[in-house]
Amino acid sequence: MKTDDLINALAADTATQKRPISQTIALAIATGCIVSAALLIGHLGVRTGLVETIMQSWHLVTKIAFTLALAIPAYFIVQRAARPDGEAQSLWPLLAIAPAMLLAAVGFEFMTGANDDVSNVIMSPNWSVCVIHIPLLSMAPLAAVLCALKQGAPANPTLAGAFGGLFSAALGSVLYATFCDADNPMFVAVWYTVAILAMTALGALLGSRILRW
Amino acid sequence: MCAAIGGDEAAYRKLLADLSRALRPIVRRGFAGVTAAQSEVEDVVQEVMLAIHLKRHTWDQTKPIGPWIMAISRNKMIDDLRRKGRRGEVPIDGMMDLLEAGGHEDAIHAHDVNRVLDGLTGKNREIVQAITLDGHSARDVAERLGMTEVAVRVSLHRSLKALAQVYQETKT
Repeated sequence: MKTDDLINALAADTATQKRPISQTIALAIATGCIVSAALLIGHLGVRTGLVETIMQSWHLVTKIAFTLALAIPAYFIVQRAARPDGEAQSLWPLLAIAPAMLLAAVGFEFMTGANDDVSNVIMSPNWSVCVIHIPLLSMAPLAAVLCALKQGAPANPTLAGAFGGLFSAALGSVLYATFCDADNPMFVAVWYTVAILAMTALGALLGSRILRW
Repeated sequence: MCAAIGGDEAAYRKLLADLSRALRPIVRRGFAGVTAAQSEVEDVVQEVMLAIHLKRHTWDQTKPIGPWIMAISRNKMIDDLRRKGRRGEVPIDGMMDLLEAGGHEDAIHAHDVNRVLDGLTGKNREIVQAITLDGHSARDVAERLGMTEVAVRVSLHRSLKALAQVYQETKT
């Protein structure tokens, strides 16, 4: 095929314009978020007295702030990772905010010495509920994000998938945090991290398979 | 490109023609020392143009288009080098790790692409040929074949995606 022939074909194909990729991603994420929120409300239910507890407990505030501090930068990184020239790396440092915050909270918790038994806090019976439900609540956002990224042209498919996984896990954690009543930063640092890293790895694996273009 | 995204066929045609002229030396330079074959260079130029066309919604219209075009070109050049199983010097930053993933020997050539076009079924093939070789507009072809213009465009778009798929399949 001659290049001029290809130009004829491409020029005749102008009507099949897709909506801009940033809109596709935003729409997909909104959809995934609604599905997961419905799942949360229908299946788990928001914990009683959520608002009152936020007023009283810095643990709960830290937990929700941690998940939001992860989800928000991850969203903008996913937006950039979907484009060949997105240069997502310049936003990576923002992801350090959430772990730094959580580590500080864990340190503070140790210093105040309010916990007589650390292993009791970490191995609280909630841990299995947590590592199952965060991925569960992340599934719809992950599927939506990957479908949207498939429409894009990620410079690095594996990384784009990983950030898709990270974002959906962070979103799942935001939602789960409103149900789960294990608020101690040490519990969050262990089990939320495990769940989020697992979803990030899953995203990377799927991304390397399906996001090539 | 803005005009093209708005559906201005003439502006898009001019852009693509300019683009093909601009891409040729870039690809040739990228492949310096790897291949000198004109047909292989032309193949990659076509692959880049096809990717630019199918992914044009990933260009952020508030940003300059140059870096976006270069990013797509680099990506496709690396893919092509990897397919050939050779390590080559492509002017890239931070993307060399993509080369690590090992190579497949089954490089595809122009005749593979032509085989795709040959493999299209009756009407699809007629549409692609009328538009590519004879340079007819989608509306003319629709009238001649007694189809709606939309159906012609859908068929053409599917054929273009099938073409991109040929490149894609040798990659995984």
